[in-house]
Amino acid sequence: MSFIWVALVAISVVVAAVNGRMGALTAAIATSAQGAVTLSLGLVGVMALWLGLMRVAEEAGLVRLLARAARPLLRRLFPEVPPEHPAMGAMVMNVAANVLGLGNAATPFGLEAMRLLEELNPHRGTATDAQALFCALNTASLQLLPATVIALRAATGARNPADVIGPTLLATACAATTAVLSAKLLSRLYPRPQPTGGA
Amino acid sequence: MRHALELASVWAVPLLLAGIPLYALCRKVKVYPAFVEGARSGFETAVRIIPPLVAIVVALGMLKASGTMDAVAALLAPVTTRLGLPAPVLPMILVRPLSGGAALGVVGDVLRSEGPDGYAGRLVSVMAGSTETTFYVLAVYMGAVGITRYRQALPAGLLADLAGFCASVLVVRAVFG
Repeated sequence: MSFIWVALVAISVVVAAVNGRMGALTAAIATSAQGAVTLSLGLVGVMALWLGLMRVAEEAGLVRLLARAARPLLRRLFPEVPPEHPAMGAMVMNVAANVLGLGNAATPFGLEAMRLLEELNPHRGTATDAQALFCALNTASLQLLPATVIALRAATGARNPADVIGPTLLATACAATTAVLSAKLLSRLYPRPQPTGGA
Repeated sequence: MRHALELASVWAVPLLLAGIPLYALCRKVKVYPAFVEGARSGFETAVRIIPPLVAIVVALGMLKASGTMDAVAALLAPVTTRLGLPAPVLPMILVRPLSGGAALGVVGDVLRSEGPDGYAGRLVSVMAGSTETTFYVLAVYMGAVGITRYRQALPAGLLADLAGFCASVLVVRAVFG
């Protein structure tokens, strides 16, 4: 990211010099910085409302409720993890928290799940199929409602900031399905060390 | 299909806003203090994203003011228009797997300069909502248990992002086109 950022800035300066637009560039730097802060402050209202609501959902046990619904699905996705193994419980809670957009709650469950899955891992340092699939699931946004995006849209004066929810759900479903399918299918291309291989 | 998606979009927020506190009340949760506590963390989140937002919005502002964006757009136009990717959305694809803050910066920048209700604004919104910071997630999760060989997790994560991008274009075109 550092490289990309420096490249964007440096290229802009060079191109501005070539185009003779240095004055415009200087002006744009100041207005962009100002605009970014205005935008962020515009987020505060919707973000506060949303995370307040999610906190209520969490205390009402909605994560657990959703976890119960997710359990059968995860059992099917992770046949190599014993259904009663604590790793399954942690994964289920992680997915439930992710679906509700509770990033702060999802990460501890996710790390716990990785630790418990590691107990089933015969090869330290190499991911098991379950760990790879679990991580792939987490790299596909499972979030039902993109709260920050909606807040940004509200802050920039969208007519209906939430009108992207439906399309986002559909695109998310495609991404998550792709994550699962490719993690399953690509597993064969990445062989694990032979179990008999000593160290 | 299109109607159902619109319906879901319009009803989701009000229903959740009424339904969740109602359910919580039935479960004897102290709704109000819980809400205020959560809202405080929402405020902190909004403030926390200011620095990355400034960094990215400034870089993109420079890219535009210098004429670089126009030049790249003109160069890639034959490919990108066919794929349905407006030039201001291109940086999204570059930074999305690397940094969540930077991706939000791109969303903010596109919404500000192209408007939230145009094709580019809606596309970048859906893209942000349907993809994740793949490299960051893998580094945190795998790193936590000392795994250095991710195996299929990285290609699967990146393919998921790619699928999210492609699906975003198709869905936004179909629904708002």
